[in-house]
Amino acid sequence: MIDRRPFVQKILKNRKPNLRVISGLGTSTWDVMSGGDNTSNFGFIGAMGQAIPFSLGLAKSQPDLRILLFTGDGDTLMSLGSIATVANHPVSNLSIVVLDNESYVETGSQPTATAGKTDLELVAKGSGISNSYTITNENDYDKVIKTIYEEEGPSLVVAKCQAKATPLVFPHSFDGSVSINRFMSSIKS
Amino acid sequence: MTATIKDWRDDIYKVFKDLDITMVSHVPDAGHTPLINLCEKDNEIDVVTLTTEQDGVGLSCGAYAGGRKSALLMQSSGVGNCINALALPNICRIPFLTLVSMRGEWGEFIPWQVPMGLGTPKVLEAMDVKIFRADYKEEVGSTVDAAARFAFNTNRSAAVLLSQKMIGAKQFKNG
Repeated sequence: MIDRRPFVQKILKNRKPNLRVISGLGTSTWDVMSGGDNTSNFGFIGAMGQAIPFSLGLAKSQPDLRILLFTGDGDTLMSLGSIATVANHPVSNLSIVVLDNESYVETGSQPTATAGKTDLELVAKGSGISNSYTITNENDYDKVIKTIYEEEGPSLVVAKCQAKATPLVFPHSFDGSVSINRFMSSIKS
Repeated sequence: MTATIKDWRDDIYKVFKDLDITMVSHVPDAGHTPLINLCEKDNEIDVVTLTTEQDGVGLSCGAYAGGRKSALLMQSSGVGNCINALALPNICRIPFLTLVSMRGEWGEFIPWQVPMGLGTPKVLEAMDVKIFRADYKEEVGSTVDAAARFAFNTNRSAAVLLSQKMIGAKQFKNG
């Protein structure tokens, strides 16, 4: 099982200028922020389930950028239908990495559906995202980097992670209007 | 309707073109169908079919972050699905525009449409969405134009409720 925080930090280290990173609410946002403040990141701290459709809208609007979404299994399970929408309105520049720890860690580690019978790789494939695979080891980092920067999207990578609480790392601002305007300035520049 | 009378959906389409709205998402409703068809024929407009209305809120916000304006089309029953998602444009001050075809108000046949029809304005108001309403065909274009300008100029959420009186209440026949 992957230790999510160093895994996310490693992916974000030496990031290319054409990468924009979105994170789903909760731990995924703290993970991305732990890699250092960057105006090319936008992190959700609410509106659960909206990170995937947001990333789709962004990817459709900025086809020359590579859009990477880190989000959790809980956030993904809230909007399974959006995976079908991504598949049927495909964007070649969108990669979704689900940090799947099979639990709602922030609320007391209650098990999610992926701790049971649900397999998000199969959900993605069944929804029509053929570029979907599961990794369980951080050594697969190179494969994920290739997917993010080079492969035809949309892609959905399920990264099976340890279910452990990690320190919260807050973003530059909790004010969404500050965050989004900062992020948008990284697109205009 | 005769060929000489312009469809009010043409007026909405004109607003989309005038204001450079280039992404239109929807969970379809019969009242929106002529507009969806117009948008699908337009190569400059991306039409995205959703599985649930709330995803149109996130999609619109992501599109705006990437520099494109969009609109979400839905039936009043879909408004309830959007409540928590509406926090996103609200807290980020992202302009958000939705056009809602109303059910459950004027000559409704299906009782199941009534609860969300009655709840629609209350739900939108509860989430700080500015409501505009069009009851007559002649006022659709100006109302959608006003709502869109309100949203995109003031970075707020706006909804146009398209009345069932105008759309026409469908009467169903058994068998």
